[in-house]
Amino acid sequence: MNKKQKTLLWRIIIAAIFFVPLYLISEEFIHIEGFPHWALIVLFLVPYLLVGHDIIRKAFQGIKNGQVFDENFLMTIATIGAIALGEYGEGVAVMLLYQVGELFQSYAVGKSRRNITELMDIRPDYANIEEDGKLVQVDPDEVEVGSIIVIQPGEKIPLDGVVVEGSSSLNTSALTGESLPRKVEEGSEVFSGSINMSGVLKVRTTTEFDESTASKILDLVENAASRKSKSENFISKFARYYTPIVCVAALVLAIVPPLVILLTSGVGTGHHALWHVWKDWILKACTFLVISCPCAVVISIPLSFFAGLGGASNQGILIKGSNYLETMSQVKTIAFDKTGTITKGNFAVTTVHKSPIDEKKLLEYAAHAEAHSSHPIARSVREAYGKYIDMNRVADLEEISGHGIVAKVDGIAVAVGNDKLMDKLGIEHEECEHVGTVLHVALDNVYSGHIVIEDEIKPNAKEAMVALKAAGVEKLVMLTGDAENVAKSVAAEVGLTDYRAQLLPADKVSCVEELLKECTGNKRLAFVGDGINDAPVLSRADIGIAMGALGSDAAIEAADVVLMDDDPKKIAKAIKISRKCINIVKQNIVFALGVKVVCLILAALGIANMWVAIIADVGVMILAVLNAIRCLFVKNL
Amino acid sequence: MKKSYKIDVDCAACAEKMEVAAKETAGVKDAVVSFMTLKMKVEFEDGADPEAVMKEVYANCKKVEDDCEIYL
Repeated sequence: MNKKQKTLLWRIIIAAIFFVPLYLISEEFIHIEGFPHWALIVLFLVPYLLVGHDIIRKAFQGIKNGQVFDENFLMTIATIGAIALGEYGEGVAVMLLYQVGELFQSYAVGKSRRNITELMDIRPDYANIEEDGKLVQVDPDEVEVGSIIVIQPGEKIPLDGVVVEGSSSLNTSALTGESLPRKVEEGSEVFSGSINMSGVLKVRTTTEFDESTASKILDLVENAASRKSKSENFISKFARYYTPIVCVAALVLAIVPPLVILLTSGVGTGHHALWHVWKDWILKACTFLVISCPCAVVISIPLSFFAGLGGASNQGILIKGSNYLETMSQVKTIAFDKTGTITKGNFAVTTVHKSPIDEKKLLEYAAHAEAHSSHPIARSVREAYGKYIDMNRVADLEEISGHGIVAKVDGIAVAVGNDKLMDKLGIEHEECEHVGTVLHVALDNVYSGHIVIEDEIKPNAKEAMVALKAAGVEKLVMLTGDAENVAKSVAAEVGLTDYRAQLLPADKVSCVEELLKECTGNKRLAFVGDGINDAPVLSRADIGIAMGALGSDAAIEAADVVLMDDDPKKIAKAIKISRKCINIVKQNIVFALGVKVVCLILAALGIANMWVAIIADVGVMILAVLNAIRCLFVKNL
Repeated sequence: MKKSYKIDVDCAACAEKMEVAAKETAGVKDAVVSFMTLKMKVEFEDGADPEAVMKEVYANCKKVEDDCEIYL
């Protein structure tokens, strides 16, 4: 509890100690002959002002600023009204219980705020730099790129970098949600925010602190809360209109029914009877005001979203805003990029076929042609060749997107690529009976065989698709630039509902657009990719999910939802988290408003009095807040 | 230009009031207050001096909710 909360707690306790006995014996006082009535009012005003003075002050401040209608105003009018009508006990009790509710709310929000920040506790406090053989602790902000930092066991890695000395295992759970430690040795890349568990590491930094993984993630999570969802915007608008409407309704309730009663039935022509009827209805109006206080809904909705975002980020799922949480819960179609999403993306050359020349020679030509390409397939060809690539032998290199590469190697025209490239060059090529990515090679426009490259399917991919289907996702479509037979076999093995093969990068966008057209009503489409070449698709989909984003800035920027590791099961988890969160928000709206409506009717009918009103108000608020906190618990979804 | 400031405020409704007050300040293009993270994100108009604008924002927030704080 902070200082403000403690002060409020003491005010509540002291006021309660004073108020409860006073309330219990006040009935007796009234019957004591000669006991002055004003003394009773003064006695009640002591706990009232002690516990409620700030509310009254804020209400007046609101009036002064032209923002009359807020909950302070509601409470002030209702309690002053009750006291003025001689219901001292009720007036004080309402203020007292209202403050109990406020205290609880402030405590619960503060507590969950702390819990959530603890979950995301990846901010490093210091970096160790070696100076004259001694370790000096410095602010990570001051470490320049390329410095050598030392990380001892148990310490947090302050900056991204490459290990230059030592080996250890790292706990990356705060970043990825993955509890298995990651082994690192000389040459491995390490990310800030992970914790060094066993050995001493010397790391050469590759980023400044502001650009490091830890800073980026923290930044993203902090900004997430400022992207408000539709329900949050709805509630703030709602509160803006709701309170004035309720006040007017209360005013009507205080004036119209008694007038009608008086005029129609002419009950009691005496002053006493008239006052009695009127008092009765004004009290009903005050009760009405107490019930209508909107705090339960106003606080529980942002709290639910915040807890949901916090819980998700603890699982290595970064969601960039509550609006995305909302969209995510409605996802019915998911389009996947194949490489890096469903498959591991570490291609390996498995065979070389139908080559009239020596296989090794064929690989040599292919590897030289692919020398500059960063495509994983090119990398695998170079790895299969395994020897030094002499760039002096290569000339006129041209990469044709979605097709392949043409170049001159040792003066021979080499074309390496897929069926489309061969068709384009007018070279007849042979089909391969193997399932895999086929890379045709033509030398001087003569077909010279093909290289078969295979990619491993991720071990979790199949389970992930089952989980997605169980979560109610109707269509699972894979988009790939790969050949038809590869796409078909992967789709069948993993359990996808559909696939589109042989797509050029630009085709993926139109494919997603086509799928978007099929999403009618509240159905939403998500695209999952590794964020490297698919930024346009990620932004075109209703929601873009990037996987394996740890260390990839491009993915973090382009996507709406970022999965830090590359486990496809996290997609289903993200959907379940969003559903849980949205359900809790809906429950709270329906529950809080439902109880209010029932109580309002009861109050207007005269069945519910002020006691019922305040207990309903505070009770609903407490239950709604507790329910909202459930959003934080998403580990076992 | 966008800047983020740490704030302190007691209730969600008060944070909402601060947001409205900040938005209405001259030189502020847009402002978002997150009660959960206790952060105020302000986007300034082109050519506005953030420091001077933030003083105004602070004064306006204090007017509607004197129990608030912006750490400039």
